[in-house]
Amino acid sequence: MKIIITENESMNDPLLTLLQQKARYTDLELADILSLSEAEVSARIAAWEADGTILGYRAVVDSQKVANKGVAAFIEVKVTPERGGGFDGMAMRIARFDQVVSCYLTSGGYDLMLVVRGKDLLEVARFVSEKLSTISGVISSATHFHLKTYKDNGFLFQQEELHERLPVTP
Amino acid sequence: MDYSDKIAHQVAAIPRSGIRDFFDLVQGRDDVISLGVGEPDFATPWSIREAAIFSLERGQTSYTSNLGLLQLRESITNYVSDFFKVDYDASTEVIVTVGVSEAIDLALRALLNPGDEVIYHEPCYVSYSPSISMAYGVGVPVQTHKADAFALHPAELEKAITPRSRVLMLNFPTNPTGAVMSADELAEIAKICVKHDLIVLSDEIYSELRYDTDEHVSIASMPGMRERTILLHGFSKAFAMTGFRLGYACAPAPLIDAMMKIHQYAMLCAPITSQAAAIEALENGLPAMEKMRESYHQRRDFLVRRLNEMGIDCHLPGGAFYVFPDISKFGLSSMEFAMKLLEAEDVAAVPGTAFGDGGDGFLRCCYATSFEELRTAMDRLERFIKTL
Repeated sequence: MKIIITENESMNDPLLTLLQQKARYTDLELADILSLSEAEVSARIAAWEADGTILGYRAVVDSQKVANKGVAAFIEVKVTPERGGGFDGMAMRIARFDQVVSCYLTSGGYDLMLVVRGKDLLEVARFVSEKLSTISGVISSATHFHLKTYKDNGFLFQQEELHERLPVTP
Repeated sequence: MDYSDKIAHQVAAIPRSGIRDFFDLVQGRDDVISLGVGEPDFATPWSIREAAIFSLERGQTSYTSNLGLLQLRESITNYVSDFFKVDYDASTEVIVTVGVSEAIDLALRALLNPGDEVIYHEPCYVSYSPSISMAYGVGVPVQTHKADAFALHPAELEKAITPRSRVLMLNFPTNPTGAVMSADELAEIAKICVKHDLIVLSDEIYSELRYDTDEHVSIASMPGMRERTILLHGFSKAFAMTGFRLGYACAPAPLIDAMMKIHQYAMLCAPITSQAAAIEALENGLPAMEKMRESYHQRRDFLVRRLNEMGIDCHLPGGAFYVFPDISKFGLSSMEFAMKLLEAEDVAAVPGTAFGDGGDGFLRCCYATSFEELRTAMDRLERFIKTL
């Protein structure tokens, strides 16, 4: 499971840190770990959900183990910032497409980094050529198809073999 | 052949380890939740492991200086200066050893003449008494008590001192009790050491693992103590590097030189791969260590709360990763309690007597295990004590 949180929120709150590691912890488990009451944990999570700090919860899935994998691509996009709105207007216009699963504004040689998903190469290619590239203000794009994931949101996809400690040591 | 007369007397006289006995009972049983380990449940942080791999890739496979790589000793003196507030010279006042265990052995062999007395506080780490015997010393245990949160009481120390007393061994935070000592308490001990001209062997291997507001204070930093203290520390606990087997001693040059005389013939040097990893630990490993510390802190609080809630009296230990609950009210010896708990509920906790006779009536439970396991272990323990 991972939790999606908005930027600029404190990443150091221990409750938030635990939820980002495992969103399926029960409130009671979280209360035990942090020496809080269950009610306090529930209230704090509810407050974060209400103010948009916590936007949602979802599973981190190894797509190699799923029958219908689909394809993903990382797309670098150069855009012309809009007068008045800067990059935000362009970014939101692109981000609203269902095919776009992530959209980041970055520094460097391009402006936006997208993660785009589709059922096959053709679908992603059509999205780039028919939707993305045709948006006025998009100067250029470079599409890198995803081949394999090694780590996603802190989760290694090749799990380390559990090393057994001796059961009793001094 | 009859080997009984082939074994040196002082070795033959060492009793079987209580830990070893208990290990044999646990070994081979499936589904046991073990609170009996004495090491972190984390793998060594990746950047440290990666530094060891890189060292091998570069072909760093030779001996090092007997004292250890100078770069490591410099990292150590910088760290010790920051953390323990004591300054040592990297070229003459530090020796890198194969774990703190080797450093203890070196120090005792370097300091003791046959029959010299070494005072140590019990319950304590299992190696102290045999290490003293093997160095031809006489161990003099001083009991610590639950009422003092297992800190060493100055009056009890003073009572144990005789004209043959030569060394005081300290281990705060303590394995197995998790006890810590405040600056004020240590100052009292320091005065006694100066008054009676004792050398202090201070094993501070758990010093980073402190959980409450007080910071760790080393007795070496107290007035008049640097010159008479051998400060022992290592990488196993704070950096989860037990298998790297790396420790060190800091002390005035004549003491380090004496320890080095033994180390150079017994060990030559600590493994170079471990030394390379240790440099990375000190230079860049602190954030990873801090995360592990925070996790131990959460688990300590949980375990102490659950034990007290179920009616097992457990003081809040200030450091290390052990709790030392008092099970005396159930009318069983520590060994009986631990064996019945293992039989009935598949939970392994080490009988307090493995750490000295004063540990009877207590169990050592290590909380360096997953939260899920701790929770299950506490549920099982609660069910178990209802049957007593």
